[in-house]
Amino acid sequence: MAPDAVATLPDQAMAPEPWRIHSVRRDVASNEVLSWTLYPEPGVEPGAAPAPGQFNMLYLFGVGEVPISVSAITDDGGIVHTIRAVGSVTRAMQDLEAGTVVGLRGPFGTAWPLEQARGRDLVLVAGGIGLAPLRPVIHAALQRRSEFGRVVVCYGARSPGDMIFRDELDAWAARDDVDLRITVDRGTAAWRGDVGVVTQLVDRGGFDRRNTLALTCGPEVMMRFTASALERRGLKPEDIYVSMERNMRCAVGFCGHCQIGAHFVCRDGPVFPYPVMEPAFRVREL
Amino acid sequence: MNELLAIIEKEPFFEDMAPEHRRLLAACAAKCSYTAGTRLMSDHEPTETFWLIREGQVALESPLREGSVAFQTLGTGDILGWSWLLPPYRASYDARAVTDIHTLRFDAGVLRERMEADPAFGYVLMKHFAALIVQRLQAARLQALDIYSHGGPGHGA
Repeated sequence: MAPDAVATLPDQAMAPEPWRIHSVRRDVASNEVLSWTLYPEPGVEPGAAPAPGQFNMLYLFGVGEVPISVSAITDDGGIVHTIRAVGSVTRAMQDLEAGTVVGLRGPFGTAWPLEQARGRDLVLVAGGIGLAPLRPVIHAALQRRSEFGRVVVCYGARSPGDMIFRDELDAWAARDDVDLRITVDRGTAAWRGDVGVVTQLVDRGGFDRRNTLALTCGPEVMMRFTASALERRGLKPEDIYVSMERNMRCAVGFCGHCQIGAHFVCRDGPVFPYPVMEPAFRVREL
Repeated sequence: MNELLAIIEKEPFFEDMAPEHRRLLAACAAKCSYTAGTRLMSDHEPTETFWLIREGQVALESPLREGSVAFQTLGTGDILGWSWLLPPYRASYDARAVTDIHTLRFDAGVLRERMEADPAFGYVLMKHFAALIVQRLQAARLQALDIYSHGGPGHGA
């Protein structure tokens, strides 16, 4: 290998910067999902703002570090992260209050290819907490609404009580330039919306099969069936993008914890063209 | 008849059918609208009908002692009902209009006779419904897996 081909760590890539939790918002009745709005501590020079789809490594001092995707960027430079308690670090994060300082590295990874959707219909399919990484795309698409054709947002949740960003869902539903479709796996007596898997919302069409870009985020099995439903509606696989998740450590493609075949999810993803990930979906326990 | 045929020709479910088969379907179809709350099928009751939902929402429900529980909803473009296809020709759940709905209603009893008399037509329609049943079965399995309880991208670890 030529000396200039030797990979090196980017400067400061492994050093977390101190960011303070400005506010904590809890979305789900069970309190297992929360959103932090973070601002850099004085003296910290934030790098480039995260693009929709990218993630940061959040470090809870003395506990550990986890990759968390960005769920919004505020107008004044704050970053919103939405976190679900599923492991030791994220469970510990549930106890933190506004004012706490955490470590942040990033942003890392690939972004949703929103530019490819200009002049085309845009279909976003989110499952569960997978709405969080797609939320910045929705914000961006609504800010630049005239650049896109139909904007269809399909969201599947476990139950009405598990839906996140309820106020924003209501706001999007009230717009006549967004086709918001929501379904839950299990309804309640009070629920008047759709019941069933999110793929059935895709099956209802309402977008131009020859001129649509589809972005999907959620559990892998959901993304696989969503891609099948989109292909059934006539989309080409290369017009479908998925966001993957793996256990990450370095976030810069060195340690290999997040590898899927030849791909580092942290560096080459988390957003991948579906044809790149489709073979991996067929490998058991990968 | 021409209007019904035009509607059928635009629907993805009938997309790849031969013109003569679409005409057979149109001959057994009628436009029907129902108000919200109307029960279109009742669990265990004989059924000789299926519907193409053109507008509105229908809930499929299982009657339980505590009341009915919706396990799936159908909407615009969806097909409602396949119990007419195989013996004992009885519904296995309730179907209730959640909103006012507009449909194409098909006389499945007559269609079944046509399918018996014209095996090529019967095979085509059976293939379309088999694909629909597989799709719904996969969806039901996915629903039963409770996939969102295991997390997903963006939640950390």
